[in-house]
Amino acid sequence: MNRTFLRRIGAQNLSLLIALAILLAIFGALRPDVFFTPRNLVNIGLSITILGMLAMAQTVVIVSGGLDISVGSVVGLTTMVVAVAINAVDSVWTGMLAGLVAGVLAGLINGIIIVYGPVNAVIATLGTMSAFRGLAYIINNGNSISILNDGLRVLGIGTLIGLPLAIWLLLAVMVAFILFTKTTVVGRNIYAMGGNPTVARLAGIPIRRYQLGIYALSGAAASLAGIILAARTMSGQPASGSQGLELEAITAAILGGCALAGGKGTIVGAMLGVLIIGVLNNGMILTSVPTFYQLLAKGTLLVAAVIIQERQRVRSGE
Amino acid sequence: MTLAEPSDRAPGAPPFLRVEQISKRFGVVQALRGVTLDFATGEVLALIGENGAGKSTLMRILEGEHRPDAGQIRIDGASVDLASPRAAHAAGIRVIHQEPEIIPELTVAENIFIGDFRTRGAVFLDRDELQRRTVELLHDFGMDKVLEPHQPCRGLGPAQRQLIEIMRALRPGVRLLAFDEPTSSLTEDEAGRLFAMIRRLKAAGVGIVYISHRLREVALLADRVAVLRDGELVAVDSVAALDEERMVRLMVGRPVSDLFGRAPRKAGAVRLSVKGLTSPKVRDVSLDIRAGEIVGLGGLVGAGRSEFARALMGVDPVVSGTIAIDGKSVRIREPGDAIAAGIGLVPEDRKQEALLLVRPVRDNASLVVPEKVSRFGFFQPERERRLVSALVERLRVKTPSIEQAVGKLSGGNQQKVVFARWIAREPKILILDEPTRGIDVGAKAEIYRLIEELAASGMAILLISSEMPELIGLADRVLVMAGGRLAGALDGAAISEEAILDLAMSDQRARAMPQ
Repeated sequence: MNRTFLRRIGAQNLSLLIALAILLAIFGALRPDVFFTPRNLVNIGLSITILGMLAMAQTVVIVSGGLDISVGSVVGLTTMVVAVAINAVDSVWTGMLAGLVAGVLAGLINGIIIVYGPVNAVIATLGTMSAFRGLAYIINNGNSISILNDGLRVLGIGTLIGLPLAIWLLLAVMVAFILFTKTTVVGRNIYAMGGNPTVARLAGIPIRRYQLGIYALSGAAASLAGIILAARTMSGQPASGSQGLELEAITAAILGGCALAGGKGTIVGAMLGVLIIGVLNNGMILTSVPTFYQLLAKGTLLVAAVIIQERQRVRSGE
Repeated sequence: MTLAEPSDRAPGAPPFLRVEQISKRFGVVQALRGVTLDFATGEVLALIGENGAGKSTLMRILEGEHRPDAGQIRIDGASVDLASPRAAHAAGIRVIHQEPEIIPELTVAENIFIGDFRTRGAVFLDRDELQRRTVELLHDFGMDKVLEPHQPCRGLGPAQRQLIEIMRALRPGVRLLAFDEPTSSLTEDEAGRLFAMIRRLKAAGVGIVYISHRLREVALLADRVAVLRDGELVAVDSVAALDEERMVRLMVGRPVSDLFGRAPRKAGAVRLSVKGLTSPKVRDVSLDIRAGEIVGLGGLVGAGRSEFARALMGVDPVVSGTIAIDGKSVRIREPGDAIAAGIGLVPEDRKQEALLLVRPVRDNASLVVPEKVSRFGFFQPERERRLVSALVERLRVKTPSIEQAVGKLSGGNQQKVVFARWIAREPKILILDEPTRGIDVGAKAEIYRLIEELAASGMAILLISSEMPELIGLADRVLVMAGGRLAGALDGAAISEEAILDLAMSDQRARAMPQ
């Protein structure tokens, strides 16, 4: 391996790849019969589509110096809105659009509270996490709603060149996010405002407008995840996305190199983090690790990831 | 009170503290280079040098904040490791900082004895004992009229805060007290009181290190003077052997006038016209700056100069007043408006306010001109590379490449990157807030030349500076602020250090006068 190649992928991503390889080796050795079957690999891919959407948006939020812990609730809320809308007008497209609008609105509400409160992002989205979940339950009195129009099922089980549509959608969103963060003026400005808000402000970057946009983007990504989930279950589930989805998204972003202080982090890193979590989840299920231990493991992973990041930051003297 | 051993050490005995061949490097900056210096108890040693000469680094090493890369520190002849502030305190070394660290919620007594509270019944703070100790201490130094032990510290002025910091340092066993620019925010009276206290401490056998730019104070107070330049000790001598001019020459390394080009400049039409500008910390400031003109803005720390810049830039809200650029009235609500209107700002604190230290030179240089290096919101890397490379070459920024993180460059080169950013933008008005703070002399001269060049190209330049030679050498006119207002204007031959200082202190004299 030559040096330029090493520098290209970066030490951070390299260590993630190594961690991923170790996980694959462990689970592959424990369940050689099923783990590496195409079916299981596609399963892992499908299971991470929702987390992937959230983790990428979370990366942008964290890079900007914020945090959005309401994303799991927005997923649940979106599934309900999609279900209600599709059943009401019997149009899949209108239903998906309604879901997207709901997500963007939820994100904008977060942004408005954070910018104009002004309220610390963690506290603001902690509040809306509960509020949006509440809304999701209120829509149908706590019950789920079956989606009657079968058209949506295509998104849940349809395939293109052998891969599920949801995975293609994730890849497309990933490319868009990479281009956004790496090549656009707005993307670079987000790194600037997270790295040093004073510098960004003095450079004329309209920080409040950016914050509104970033939380709206996070809401939009959460609603895409919600639409996929609704398609997969063909229902609106008010409790969906509540199983620590925000925790997994934040863990993935930080595993991928995000510094909680902002200004640092990559989409590719976050997706590697997502893969690690996906493999871990899948492997733990295949090896029959009890759910309680899975939760313990994931919580530990988040804290460990933050500690590693923090150590690195101190060592590099930033 | 017993502070230190009597100062009657025999001549020829080892000095209390000696640093030997101390070197310290930060990234590419060699902050100290083989400095050897003795510190004695019962004397005042003045440490002078330009910003970035290494004075602060030396202090940071003595107070245990930094460790030297090479060399050793001896106390009473024995080598010691000042690995932490705690170790420095134990060795009897204390530094009084420019910005006293005072906890506003606590009382004077609590702030003085913080970290040394005695308890009653193992857990309860012994307030009576604390009160007694404080009264005693204040009385010893004749400060019982100036500070009340019970007084909360919120709302205390800089002089009182400084006194608290000094009192805090006067623990039994203190042998060396270093003052870092102690008079920068004091009135003349307050400074006089401080000098009396320093003399008293000296008589009590404490060694004093006095860091100051004010050479007259040095002449007044010091026994010996040590001069640092670019990290090296260039002279140590008794104060009698050095006059002010010689000190300046030693500090700068050449006669001061050489630093400035003094090419005759032609002022054009009025570019910036401010009328009655009032913001939270600025009162009713009016001024005009013409194209091609360098207008200096002098005053003490806290006089409202940076705050005036912040108001112009749209950082602080403008309460009233008007701003016109090239005759057209503009409304500025945020920095984006100011930049769009043609104002640029090189802020005072390069690292906190100007640069994204972990980002490359490239990103930093193009920060305010994205539209020049992008299309439809997407960067065009080749265009950006060409623009930034040209600027790096023109300003002679010493950097391995434009992909280098800007935090890894020396202070002077960092500042050049900030200038590059604004040169790319070509603003009509450029505000420079302490543009050469913490920059070595070589880069300083280059930046002065650059400022003159920019003025010659037709920019209107507002130069905020606390360095007198800079104001006098560069500015066509000098305006002086005091207490948030314009205190006066000086022109041509009327510009002198005395005249600027006189205006800068004017509001404090007014306040001191009986109503």
